[in-house]
Amino acid sequence: MAERGDPEHRVGTPVDARAQSRRRFLRQAGVIASVSAAAGWAALAPPGLPFSLRDPDGERGKPARHAVSLRKGGFAVPASAVAAGLGVARGDRIDAMVRAAVDGIGGIGRFIANGDRVLVKPNVAFERVAALGATTNPEVLVALIRLVREAGAAEVRVVDNPIEAAEACFERSGVRAAAIEAGARVYLPSPSDFDVLHTPGAQLIENWSFFHRPFVGVDKVIGVAPVKDHNLCQASMTTKNWYGLLGGRRNQFHQDIHGIITDLARMLRPTFVVLDGTRVLWRSGPTGGSLADVRPGRTLVASTDSLAADAFGWDDLLARDPGARPAYLAKAAAAGLGNPDWHAVAVKETLVG
Amino acid sequence: MADAVFRRGRDGKAYLAGFEPSPDGSPWWVRKLRITNVRVVSQAFFFGLFVFLLWTTWFSRLGGYPVSLFLELDPLVGVATAIATHTVYKWLWRGLFVLIPTLLLGRVFCNWMCPYGTLHQFVGWLFDIRANRDSIDANRYRPLFQAKYYILVVMLVMAAFGSLQIGLLDPICLLVRSFAVAFEPASDLATRGLGEALASRGVDADLSAALFAPGASHHRIFAGAWFVGAMIVVLLGMNLVIPRFFCRVLCPLGAFLGVLSRFAPWRIERDLTKCTDCDLCLKRCEGASDPQAALRKSECFVCFNCIDDCPEDALTFARAPVTVKPWIVGKVGDVKARVATLFGKPIISEVWDTEVAAPDLPRRRVIFAALFGVLAYPFVRLSKAVNDRGFSPKAIRPPGSVAEPEFLERCIKCDACIHVCPTNVLQPSTLEQGGFEGVWTPVMDFAVGFCQLNCTLCSEVCPTGAIQKTSLERKLGVGEYQAHGPIRVGTAFFDQGRCLPWAMQTPCVVCEEVCPVTPKAIGAYEETITRWDGQTVTLDKPYVRPELCIGCGICEHECPVLDSAAVYVTAIGETRSEERSLLLDRPKSV
Repeated sequence: MAERGDPEHRVGTPVDARAQSRRRFLRQAGVIASVSAAAGWAALAPPGLPFSLRDPDGERGKPARHAVSLRKGGFAVPASAVAAGLGVARGDRIDAMVRAAVDGIGGIGRFIANGDRVLVKPNVAFERVAALGATTNPEVLVALIRLVREAGAAEVRVVDNPIEAAEACFERSGVRAAAIEAGARVYLPSPSDFDVLHTPGAQLIENWSFFHRPFVGVDKVIGVAPVKDHNLCQASMTTKNWYGLLGGRRNQFHQDIHGIITDLARMLRPTFVVLDGTRVLWRSGPTGGSLADVRPGRTLVASTDSLAADAFGWDDLLARDPGARPAYLAKAAAAGLGNPDWHAVAVKETLVG
Repeated sequence: MADAVFRRGRDGKAYLAGFEPSPDGSPWWVRKLRITNVRVVSQAFFFGLFVFLLWTTWFSRLGGYPVSLFLELDPLVGVATAIATHTVYKWLWRGLFVLIPTLLLGRVFCNWMCPYGTLHQFVGWLFDIRANRDSIDANRYRPLFQAKYYILVVMLVMAAFGSLQIGLLDPICLLVRSFAVAFEPASDLATRGLGEALASRGVDADLSAALFAPGASHHRIFAGAWFVGAMIVVLLGMNLVIPRFFCRVLCPLGAFLGVLSRFAPWRIERDLTKCTDCDLCLKRCEGASDPQAALRKSECFVCFNCIDDCPEDALTFARAPVTVKPWIVGKVGDVKARVATLFGKPIISEVWDTEVAAPDLPRRRVIFAALFGVLAYPFVRLSKAVNDRGFSPKAIRPPGSVAEPEFLERCIKCDACIHVCPTNVLQPSTLEQGGFEGVWTPVMDFAVGFCQLNCTLCSEVCPTGAIQKTSLERKLGVGEYQAHGPIRVGTAFFDQGRCLPWAMQTPCVVCEEVCPVTPKAIGAYEETITRWDGQTVTLDKPYVRPELCIGCGICEHECPVLDSAAVYVTAIGETRSEERSLLLDRPKSV
């Protein structure tokens, strides 16, 4: 084929030149027509038709917010006619105490089935060594994970979205090492792990950013939280523990702290919770930072009702006035989310040496 | 088909194509074992090591690796900080590992070790569209290449006055900074996208944990990331205009090594009897060092491409002839006939005009550069931002930092501290916080992060002691540092006009909750009021206990008044400087 600038091309034969220019004209016309038609279709075709980009009012261009939901009815197992409402174990041998506390509410076999995927939520909010009582005792975590695995759990996930730097919190608190030692997998938050969670009936977090990735495929959820003084809501125990699953602008919740804790009780219905009273952070909470702020509690509590466990923690472990319990307990009870009146339920207390 | 994959060697056996023995019978790897291939392996190794050490510079990966190794190996960092501080900090003596080989062999660092040089060479090679003739012309020496020496002179003169500016252009500082502030956050974004794409296909890939920033619930952001990113992209792009533009024109480390290399006994030697003046040695000459004429030793990167490309085998890497005084020469042999030898090398009475040992710099220009440095020092130092009178309230230095004048003698703006910071609180300073002298030095921005109480990582990675290595005991003021008290980086203040309980009848005190010291440095007055709508509410109105506040800024970071927090930390009260203290009753600074 003759190149442009080639003498042969310039001279050519008149017929060939005409033929070529006709071909070129048709090609150009084809390109112009198809680009115009495609652009016209994309810009003008009504929304809904394939390849339409038309957005008459600017609403189409906004990002879609797909909300996820946790399973209906939560992660609770059916109520038992014989098991106690609170399992309390006191002593120093943490292994035996975890077992005794859970035995009090029906034993681990009632809660964990063979092959279950279990999510365990400790409180790892701050970068503190375990002795300072601001985070879940790693020994309790190890014992609990082992118990769950003995019951046949296929996988155990340890999950929290701390307030301080996540890796540092998991490392310093000993929770990461404990989880790995007991054969669980640790989930640290990363930006893509959060989805909008739909919680029907919640006042503040009906649709809220939630640390959802570790919940995918989970059958059972267990919370395990320390007993802590709290500057604003007076105490932080098993119900407030779920705060560590939220993302987004969660620092706004202090404007209605009891409202948010009530919503948390609504958001997550656990299989059971363990209140870790091996240490009690009785002042300077929720961060603490001095051994003087901590006293030994020698107690573990298991319950399917986090309100009962929290009320027990307030009365017995923090040893505060039962008449002045944190307002969220009454609020959540009024919403039918549990019963903080632990005296009214069966309590099975075991003394472990 | 099989013929394309297998080839029959001279011995009749079949070989994988490319692996057959050479015609002279030597095995394939002898053919491949060219010095330039060894060089490429060395470059790949050091670049890989550089990236690996950056990757390990993260909370969960630190395991005793020398994460700041390349910054410590950089002899310009060692020499310039020694000029500024009259000391050699911690591991900076490691610069000898580069300095001594340069004295012997020339600028081998530039083309064998330097990860930034490797990056430039790689980009230049990948996007090279030049014909042979153009390549030869592109690699001729230009007077523009003197610029790096003037840059070096300006920077060293300023360093002598106590203003360390080498980090603006030092290649290792520049590359660490580019990774920390621009590349890695970009990689976080890509990881997130990829992770989400995989998750939507049911693959549970924790990519963020494998790549750069695991465990961060927010993407890292950095002040001026766009500029740091644009700078490296433009500099890399300049390779398309002038090959190795940065290395030849701007690099102050290259200039420093060029000055050192004038003494190197080994260099490229051209055999005039074999050379046909074809100029093919320039085709891939990295340094533009004129191997076809009088070799410019100070420009040569010792890449050995010229030896590879010479069709006449006229070029070798050899020890230079020994020059001695004529009266000695006369006694050992006939110099003119080149038969006098010492240790096997010919002895001559003067340096051949076939090499230019020292950088080719007109003296008046050097003097001009030095005067420029002399003037630049007062200009930057008399700026308000860096002085104890008029410093920015947001010039909050990380804990362990030495006082500002000493900080500016040491900080090389490498941003290794910013890279390792687990909360993203450390940010490259802009003109606003640090003035011109402080650009890219670390400052804390509590809108982005906060200083983790039990963390001293920034002080661990700092190669120059701008952030002095600080134990946790010292940071917290416990143990043997009990009497000194904790390190304070600033003090918290309340803006009662923006605080929810103070100004808006709304409960809050997140600040008190998260305050990590004990007893808490934020307390609250309890007050029960009748709200505008008639409701009775109990408000905790927070206040600061300045004796207890360490300035960690978690209160500011967690304050729900996001855009301009109702509790905020400013630099006043920092323990590193008596001049910037706040309270009369204070422990002695360490």
